[in-house]
Amino acid sequence: MTRAPRRRPYGVKSAPYAFLVPATVLFLLFFALPIGYALYLSFRRTEVKGLGLGKGARDEIWAGLANYTDALSDSELLHGALRILGYGAIVVPVMLGLALLFALLLDTEQVRLRGFTRLAIFLPYAIPGVIAALMWGFLYLPDVSPFLYLADRVGLPQPDLLDGGPLYLSLANIAVWGGTGFNMIVIYTSLRAIPVEIFEAARLDGCSQLQIALRIKIPMVAPSLILTFFFSIIATLQVFSEPTTLKPLTNSLSTTWSPLMKVYQDAFVNNDIYAAAAQAVIIALATLALSFGFLKAANSRTKQGDSR
Amino acid sequence: MSTQSLATGPRRFPLVPTAALLFGALYCLLPVAWVLVASTKSGSELFSTFTFLPGSGFTDNVADLTAYRDGVYWKWMANSAFYAGVGALLSTAVSAVSGYALAVYRFRGRETVFNILLAGVLMPPVILAVPQYLLLAKADMTDSYLSVLLPVILSPYGVYLARIYASAAVPADVIEAGRMDGGGEWRIFRTIALPMMVPGLVTVFLFQFVAVWNNFLLPYIMLGDDEKFPVTLGLYTLLQQGSNTPALYTLVITGALLAIIPLIALFLVIQRFWSLDLLSGAVKS
Repeated sequence: MTRAPRRRPYGVKSAPYAFLVPATVLFLLFFALPIGYALYLSFRRTEVKGLGLGKGARDEIWAGLANYTDALSDSELLHGALRILGYGAIVVPVMLGLALLFALLLDTEQVRLRGFTRLAIFLPYAIPGVIAALMWGFLYLPDVSPFLYLADRVGLPQPDLLDGGPLYLSLANIAVWGGTGFNMIVIYTSLRAIPVEIFEAARLDGCSQLQIALRIKIPMVAPSLILTFFFSIIATLQVFSEPTTLKPLTNSLSTTWSPLMKVYQDAFVNNDIYAAAAQAVIIALATLALSFGFLKAANSRTKQGDSR
Repeated sequence: MSTQSLATGPRRFPLVPTAALLFGALYCLLPVAWVLVASTKSGSELFSTFTFLPGSGFTDNVADLTAYRDGVYWKWMANSAFYAGVGALLSTAVSAVSGYALAVYRFRGRETVFNILLAGVLMPPVILAVPQYLLLAKADMTDSYLSVLLPVILSPYGVYLARIYASAAVPADVIEAGRMDGGGEWRIFRTIALPMMVPGLVTVFLFQFVAVWNNFLLPYIMLGDDEKFPVTLGLYTLLQQGSNTPALYTLVITGALLAIIPLIALFLVIQRFWSLDLLSGAVKS
């Protein structure tokens, strides 16, 4: 009879490291190195010698914090940030409010057409942001829009959906349309994970479905709500493809409408990679600060709630 | 609005919740229905007839789109399929080995590796994409298929999901038994653990497939030659030209419809295979 070997077979110790080689190499090449390089560039600038012509006339030198102070005092970047905050203040609450509402409705007893509606609301997740923006863009366009056509027929005013205040709503609508379904599914699956006995106990105590939803279901899915919030903030501050796609349809969207578009503009149109790098670092830091600030606030509130 | 019938108790047919859900479904289907109708219109019908009235030009539109610049549209579709398919496949493979290693082994630095990878999820794509471009430019690799493919292979979210799935689906004693039978670590992973992880890996694959197919920023930055464009970027450039020549609008609309059909079909076929529990499990822990 062979006994199980006491000593672990050779290779068990080194195996996990071997398994992690591909991920590590890719991480170093496509995450760590670019981030480091962006940081490095953000402290550099070019110095032009003489007329700036010929080889060696342009040197890269240390710039200290100059790129950062430039970026922070750049009014276009600041305005972009404000536009994005306004946009995010519409997108995040509306999208997550709808996601939560639909998830709770799907979880309501005896509701009809559950499979169809769940699938239909989740469907926009499969549609690229560019194509979503393109489809909605045409629906906003005065010449083809059914909304404006109907408004005209009924005699209502026809607002320009691609200008001024309505433009924010139009852009927000694209994000809400695209993101609600995914967040709904996340919340819905965590609703399904709540043990049924809890609801039965509540119902025996005379709770209505609404009370169950408000007092039991929402608090119990709070962790997934917080997480969807967290990721929605990150995604919203990074908005790029939707306004870029709508741009050809309207003159009201500048090439620097969102901070990300400004980074792109500086890096590839103005060829100032140093300024672009500094702005990218600032955007990344602001995003992380905002999202983690939210997470911290949410956590401390849940803790307070627990200790009550 | 939904409150009343929610409150009337479970016995009655909850009309308002159903109606609210239907309304949500209609809202989500509206733009899709519109492209479906609009793609049947000829260029003149698009601007002259009521938007939800079908036109007569669908086959002409498809023919025009196919003829546009010697069929560059279908090239874009093929490119998208290539980027998303190959990218998601490689990504799933990397996620599988890494997630398995992080779930099954106890080793020094395990949590450090995991946390560093997770921090990658939070990195805004912009701080990655611009320097990725500049670095690839130094290696003379921009404007190539690889420049769009390589950066998407490592998906921190995929590794995260694979780890969660592996620790739930691969029991430690099964691995121990494999070792007693004298199997090497790689062999145990390939023949025992990998089959057990398949449902979770399908989810990782689908997430990555959709993420790469929908990606715009990376190809927008990396690519210059429109023969290598994915369909999102291709349609974008078409729309941009269309702002000067509205005749291109019908091509854009038809192109948008044809681009979402495979995705919707894929979505309908596979949505039953998604382990969405994994999603909530991932969210909860």
